[in-house]
Amino acid sequence: MDKSPSARRTALGAVCAAGLLLTVAGCASSTGGAKAEQSTTGVTAGHANTPRMTIAMVTHAAQGDTFWDIVRKGAEAAAAKDNVKLVYSSDPVASNQANLVSNAINQKVDGLAVTLSTPDAMRDVVAKTEAAGIPVAAFNQGEDYWKQMGAIGYFGSDEKIAGQALGDRLNSMGAKHDLCIIHQQGSVALEDRCAGVKSTFKGTTDILYVNGADMPSVQSMLTAKLRQDPSIDQVTALGAPIALTAISSISDAGSKAKVNTFDLNKDAAAAIKNGKIEFSVDQQPFLEGYLAVDSLWLYKVNGNTVGGGQPTLTGPAFVDSSNIAKVYQYAQNGTR
Amino acid sequence: MSAQTTTPSSAPPPSQPASLPEKRTAQRSLTRRFLARPEVGALIGAIAVYTFFWVMAPSFRSADSLSTMLYQASTLGLMALPVSLLMIGGEFDLSAGVAVTTSSLTASMFAYQLTMNVWMGVIVALVVALTVGFINGYLLVKTGLPSFLVTLGSFLMLQGLNLAITKIFTGNVATNDISDMEGFNSAKAVFASDINIAGVQVKITVLWWLLFVAIGTWVLLRTKFGNWIFAVGGQKESARAVGVPVAHTKIALFMLVGLGAWFVGMHQLFAFNAVQSGAGVGNELLYIVAAVIGGCLLTGGFGSVIGPAIGAFIFGMVTQGIVFAGWNPDWFKFFLGVMLLGAMLLNTWVQRQASRR
Repeated sequence: MDKSPSARRTALGAVCAAGLLLTVAGCASSTGGAKAEQSTTGVTAGHANTPRMTIAMVTHAAQGDTFWDIVRKGAEAAAAKDNVKLVYSSDPVASNQANLVSNAINQKVDGLAVTLSTPDAMRDVVAKTEAAGIPVAAFNQGEDYWKQMGAIGYFGSDEKIAGQALGDRLNSMGAKHDLCIIHQQGSVALEDRCAGVKSTFKGTTDILYVNGADMPSVQSMLTAKLRQDPSIDQVTALGAPIALTAISSISDAGSKAKVNTFDLNKDAAAAIKNGKIEFSVDQQPFLEGYLAVDSLWLYKVNGNTVGGGQPTLTGPAFVDSSNIAKVYQYAQNGTR
Repeated sequence: MSAQTTTPSSAPPPSQPASLPEKRTAQRSLTRRFLARPEVGALIGAIAVYTFFWVMAPSFRSADSLSTMLYQASTLGLMALPVSLLMIGGEFDLSAGVAVTTSSLTASMFAYQLTMNVWMGVIVALVVALTVGFINGYLLVKTGLPSFLVTLGSFLMLQGLNLAITKIFTGNVATNDISDMEGFNSAKAVFASDINIAGVQVKITVLWWLLFVAIGTWVLLRTKFGNWIFAVGGQKESARAVGVPVAHTKIALFMLVGLGAWFVGMHQLFAFNAVQSGAGVGNELLYIVAAVIGGCLLTGGFGSVIGPAIGAFIFGMVTQGIVFAGWNPDWFKFFLGVMLLGAMLLNTWVQRQASRR
């Protein structure tokens, strides 16, 4: 530490220069990387000539969640098609989400697509939106509340039904002992999924809470659980990144358990393709975002409502070895 | 860096006469001095927790289980080490958790987008991580604001950058899988491989962690820089008056946190192939918790490197011990809190016994 700062800076510069030199001298990877990426095409569907309108989408998503990214892509695809300007915002804290809806009212948007994960916190502000003459479409969460709150439609999957479908599937596979991993403590949706599995699965269902924001701790806690109870033969992850980590935990623990999961991302799709994940219960997040925006557009330009007063279910849809070939490419594009 | 200072002299101090009662006091003060070491309370806490779970949970007892616990402890402890040095130096770094994610995102995206050998990404990530640490330290020294505020700012900024830049480059909120790229396997061998020790698979991070703890202890107790750390954390003004380069020491400490974030970030990248841009939030507090369990004072100027390592081990042991014990998972966080509080109380009690006349 007795070097002068200028000497240290020179040294740093030298390291950088050496790095750049190496780059030029052929430090390129001949495998993988962006160069090997196939040209990707998103979902596009022409362009409507209806008047330009603004639709706000307000969700309870936490930042940087792959699932919500796909929802947003669906919403953007619909917006591009319908000549809609989409204003997306999100906040996992209920009161903040309500404030975001108030902001949308102040901006005098033409339609509001909103998730009702905390119905009681959203009730007043949704009523205010409707009083301001702005139609509301609910999606992703709030299946039991959207109608009484006056929304024009609901697009989503029922978490419990999805869980039950997964439980049935485990029965048909002859599984005996399932471990359901909840990666965000206190999330109603995640609890519902595990509760759904538990209600139909004939074997034992155990629940394990982990911190989804810290992968090494997820991996080691899951390894610990698998060691503690070697009879576990199925691991149910509630999100694709957790499922991928579960694969390495299982090999660490020397367990024979198989992995299944909710939701998809591109790496999980690849894992299904090569048999490391048995199947995924997909609620088609792209479709949720897409339909929420599209239904508002239809309502504004033609007075249509979708669903006939019933929720429009986007899932559960199973993705497994039988249909992965079709889904795989879309997952690589980030739209499944 | 020279190690010329404070080499302990092996010869006994000449002024001490060898009369009997005085010898007894000298012996007792040696025990006391041992108990007053910052890490001893944590060590006793760790032994208590280990014994507790050893009795409670049969599957806790195997060497494989110990290896899993050590793994979790190591990913925490590798960061708790520089964080505790920084705390001894009197500062906090709230951006330490997300800086880990920043490093792994940088390495992954740099290598992937430019289709480079992944080692290039590793080097670039090191530069970025050190720069983040430097900026934290520089802002602290120049503005005179509390580190709590400065690093709260960088914590939020890094969180935003992690998401925004990942979206710009990948179009998604997670990075692409880089496991098929050149250099990945050698980097994985360094940062995220398994090593077979007497039939038990041990993650390499555990070995790195032990090595870094040894180096850290040596630096803190046997070098001039170590003395400076204690000095700037204890009495900043007096330290400056006797010629300790306060600004340089603090900036260096923040850069050490950057170095730690880089290392852990590389481990996560090569262990999990892809990185979620939202990861790491909340871990900064766990690093501080490990340091405090390990006997570092929140006010600075006191602490050790071994203590926080034991603190991280206690944390890893408790989180997995609860799983091994098969307790109702609904109560997991509650048990975690109770066990950590218990370990802390024992720690404080030992400290107080030691310093009491």
